[in-house]
Amino acid sequence: MTLLNLCLALPVAGFLLILAIPKENHRAIRTAALAVSLLVFGLSLGLAVRFDTSLPAYQFVTNVPWIASPAIRYHVGIDGLSLWLVILSTLLTPVGVLVSWRYIDRRVKEFYALLILMESGLIGVFVALDLFLFYVFWEVSLIPMYFLIGVWGHERRIYAAVKFFLFTMAGSVLMLAAIIYLYTQAATFDYPAILSLVAEGRLRFSPLEETLLFLGFFLAFAIKVPLFPLHTWLPDAHVEAPTAGSVILASVMLKMGTYGLLRFSLPLFPSASREHAPWIAVLAIIGIIYGALVAMVQPNMKKLVAYSSVSHLGFVVLGIFSFTQLGLDGAVYQMLNHGISTGALFVLVGFLYERRHSLEIADYGGVATPAPNLAVVFMITTLASIGLPVLNNFVGEYLVLQGTAQVNFRWTVFAAIGIILSACYMLWLYQRAFFGAAPEPVRAHVHDLSPREWSAILPLVVLMVWMGTATQTFLPPIGAANARILEHTRQNVEFHVKQRPPGAASAEVARAR
Amino acid sequence: MTFLDLIWLIPLFPLAGAAIMLFLGRKLDPQQPSAVALAPGVGPAPGMHGLGHAGHSHAGPGKKLISLLCPGTVLLSLIFSIGAVAELARLPEKTHQLILYTWIAGLPFQTATGSLARFSADWGFLLDPLSAVMILVVTGVGFLIHVYSIGYMGHEGGYYRFFGYMNLFVFFMLMLVLANNYALLFVGWEGVGLCSYLLIGFYFHKKSASDAANKAFIVNRIGDAGFILGMLMMFHVFGTVRFADVNRALAGPGYAPEASWGVLSVMALLLFVGATGKSAQFPLYVWLPDAMEGPTPVSALIHAATMVTAGVYMVARSNALFSLAPATSDIVAVIGAFTAILAASIALVQNDIKRVLAYSTVSQLGYMFLACGVGAYWVAIFHLYTHAFFKALLFLGAGSVIHALGGEQDMRRMGGLKEKLPTTYWTMLAGSLAIAGIPGLAGFFSKDEILWQVYSSPQGSTALFVVGLITAGMTAFYMFRLMFLTFHGKPRMDAHTLAHAHESPPVMTVPLAVLAAGSVLAGWIGVPKLWTAFPDAFRSFEHWLEPVMLRAAAHGADAGHHDAATEWLLMGLSVAVALGGIWVARVFYLRRPELPERLAQSAPGLYNTLLNKWYVDEVYGAVFVDGLAKGGGTALSEFDARVVDGGVNGTGWLARFTSQLSIWWDTWIVDGAVRLVSFAVKVVSYPVRLLQTGYVQAYALIFVLGVLVIFGYYWMR
Repeated sequence: MTLLNLCLALPVAGFLLILAIPKENHRAIRTAALAVSLLVFGLSLGLAVRFDTSLPAYQFVTNVPWIASPAIRYHVGIDGLSLWLVILSTLLTPVGVLVSWRYIDRRVKEFYALLILMESGLIGVFVALDLFLFYVFWEVSLIPMYFLIGVWGHERRIYAAVKFFLFTMAGSVLMLAAIIYLYTQAATFDYPAILSLVAEGRLRFSPLEETLLFLGFFLAFAIKVPLFPLHTWLPDAHVEAPTAGSVILASVMLKMGTYGLLRFSLPLFPSASREHAPWIAVLAIIGIIYGALVAMVQPNMKKLVAYSSVSHLGFVVLGIFSFTQLGLDGAVYQMLNHGISTGALFVLVGFLYERRHSLEIADYGGVATPAPNLAVVFMITTLASIGLPVLNNFVGEYLVLQGTAQVNFRWTVFAAIGIILSACYMLWLYQRAFFGAAPEPVRAHVHDLSPREWSAILPLVVLMVWMGTATQTFLPPIGAANARILEHTRQNVEFHVKQRPPGAASAEVARAR
Repeated sequence: MTFLDLIWLIPLFPLAGAAIMLFLGRKLDPQQPSAVALAPGVGPAPGMHGLGHAGHSHAGPGKKLISLLCPGTVLLSLIFSIGAVAELARLPEKTHQLILYTWIAGLPFQTATGSLARFSADWGFLLDPLSAVMILVVTGVGFLIHVYSIGYMGHEGGYYRFFGYMNLFVFFMLMLVLANNYALLFVGWEGVGLCSYLLIGFYFHKKSASDAANKAFIVNRIGDAGFILGMLMMFHVFGTVRFADVNRALAGPGYAPEASWGVLSVMALLLFVGATGKSAQFPLYVWLPDAMEGPTPVSALIHAATMVTAGVYMVARSNALFSLAPATSDIVAVIGAFTAILAASIALVQNDIKRVLAYSTVSQLGYMFLACGVGAYWVAIFHLYTHAFFKALLFLGAGSVIHALGGEQDMRRMGGLKEKLPTTYWTMLAGSLAIAGIPGLAGFFSKDEILWQVYSSPQGSTALFVVGLITAGMTAFYMFRLMFLTFHGKPRMDAHTLAHAHESPPVMTVPLAVLAAGSVLAGWIGVPKLWTAFPDAFRSFEHWLEPVMLRAAAHGADAGHHDAATEWLLMGLSVAVALGGIWVARVFYLRRPELPERLAQSAPGLYNTLLNKWYVDEVYGAVFVDGLAKGGGTALSEFDARVVDGGVNGTGWLARFTSQLSIWWDTWIVDGAVRLVSFAVKVVSYPVRLLQTGYVQAYALIFVLGVLVIFGYYWMR
């Protein structure tokens, strides 16, 4: 039993444990959920400790048969790309438990059971190395979220939940078709095996085949990211979801899309990826600016943060499709950053909601006076979100822009507009919610952070500073994994790559046209 | 361990102070639930302090500790700075680099030129003559302002918060000037913007304060986006963002001044966009006058002496790049000159004492960029350094006046304060004479050198010189308008305020005196070359900066071609213009006070345009804030809801419609066909069914009939 399998199995065990607790005993249920999620988090830290960046392969690998025919294997393992995403999932789950402590007061047992079960699905998505297994985890993580929104959400929860489910299903069905087609060609679902077939040139696709397969995967991932114009499920899902749902959705679930692009789309279909990069980058840039502008005028806090996610994730997609080392590094870093800072924003908005029972910005004002600590933490998170140096987002955005600048400076210029706009909408939100005179309901209901709330938010704030100042804790494994991904995109690629003269052969000079 | 190896401590002291304040401050300085928190909508008047309270002494022990600790950290930084600079002066190479650790690093990759580069940004410090000047200015002036704030802020709520922000500001400013690469410089660059945001919005209950804070941050952000782009381009071209490596690359044989718009010119222009934001140049100067919403010491520290000079520092730091980009340098010079005269023209008619000084700052920064634009980088830094003294002095003096009058900032309700506030008056007079450019005082040396360089440098021109000269006259006029309106003539405030007007305590006046001394004396390390009576020691400032100004030094030499008579003439001209400005102010505001009124009435259009700051704020507000940002956001939001999401919901509707259609089809066509068949069978079978009666008698009858028919058939045949 490797550490990784333990991380995958424990949440399932926790799920069963919670099911066994009588449903009236809320305290025991919450405590069990917290204990299990903390235990998983602790174990996942062990992954980081024992991870060896110098090894050019997957680590903590388990590869055993699951279904004999068709040959589906339980094949899991992590590299530098999945390592931090796994830890992000295990970190945000206890945070989700803590923020639900008082927020969820009905169907408590079901809520925590689903929340813990979902963790397993999320980790599974990031570690699965068998395409079919990946698809299973992809769907497994979808269902608990559907219920979290549909059962514990706000007024329009059914609409939002169905929308969320249908959007994701629409994409994943096409992905399943592509996976099955791949199986018919490669005769295996094993991802590393397929990849080596592609790399050795033993598995070739015609341009049409490759384009269709690429689009099949891409659509599933692009919906999950979400990439403009496939994003409209996100604001609805966020606004209706309970706090924990929003946190997990924003922090971890959106990363499934960008992770898929990096893990599968680029190495499997390098030519198609490069061929389609220009319009994908343009969509990403539209998303950056569009998301920011739409966020600016939202009267609802969660909607504002949701649209800001569209903008932030635009940076990630842009970095991925720059096909540069720095762009990919920045994209992965930005995935983690977005998980931390936007997760924190949803946590904080949830805190405000618990006090004032409103998500409308107009119902707030002057919160800094009755709740100075909340105001400080919200300010730090705001600053992280708008990319202030020494906080985390700056590093990611900067690397993405640097990577893009190597490919197409015009893209960089437009993306930089997003940096300006992010300051506009976040600071304007902060001004309206926290500055000014506090109206009566705010003074009556909004109190400062409780110890439980501190314990949920403080780790995220610490990480914002840590990831902003000590990037070398996180970047080397990411860089190594990205280098391998980029290596794959150069093998057996017939068009668009100009090879440099010898000596500089390992360097990336391709310009996506 | 020498001071040079400890330069990383210089920014660390104020950071420690800030951290203590922000984490423990509320325990040291317990905040009463302020009146504001209880009464919504009633903002506190800034500066409404001191008057109602008797004396200045009801500070608790925690507050005393803050008053000791926070200025103390800056003093420590000052001491370490002096020590480090003294050691630097003894180094032959006059530069010292100290790298603490790697902040960001990536794997190697190919740059535009084809060489392999590895992205890396250090957390590293560089002390050279340029940063030496800057850290002395920042810590020296910063320390005086901290001391002054003990008195000024003594009665305000949020004392700990104020000092925490101030210390944090000094930290970021020191990071900015000590960084050894552009990325780390950008840390300080955005950091000072953040502190400026926090301090401008210090009275956050007031809408106008938080508006001004937002405006400052966002306008700065626009510049920052330009700066980032410049930095990205620089890394793409040179494969490094470390100053030393960039300069080494630029000094190489591959680069010569660009004849037209090349990559270096674009890069320099993008960096300059950043500078226009931070240093409040046209078109991004609009945040600075609004920044006066913050407490007055903030205006002095951030918006006069330090933060706003960051852009000038950065351009001077990048002089190797700018001197290779003549096209960009021309733009820098023109923007500088234009900003100088634009801001001075606005300052002529403003009535708020701090606003006059704010526009004056914008105008003086314009001078600095003018100097940079014509290649006289050392002169820009020289003016930055003298300006720090007299502008900090003027702001703190204005603060002392505001403090004495219980928060009054409108000069129309001042006057005759000379006797009441003698120290403030005499020190501010020194500052005003210095900024006006009266020979012998600090401002004269630096401003006159700028004008001379503008005239004589190959990149300068007579037109720019004339603009600079007119601005000098305006400067003298508006400063003495301020002095006369505030301190001379009859008191125009109400009797109560006048009776309570008092000189500030020593903790505030001593910094004024020190800065006044600086305003008088600081210029004597840069006397004109023309004054041959003085030995070279009086020109040490230029020599000190020489190691930093690589190619620029060559330009400076060109300036010597003009003859001495021209230089004397121009110097006389600028002094005459300054004196003329003072004389006009004297006529207008002392001898014939009715004149300005008459003048304003005779040209109401011009007067109102100036008073309303050329309506730039209104235009920006309409075009960018309401138009592009809010209007665009609203339009796109509608688009999102109706078109994009409309498409989604439309698809949903279509799906339901199709399923309705299918139901109809299924019911009426598919199932209809089935039923039709059954109906047809039913119809066809009906007659047959009639026979199927189930009665045996009927069957027997038919049987018999059948038999009869058959038999009948054969019988008949």
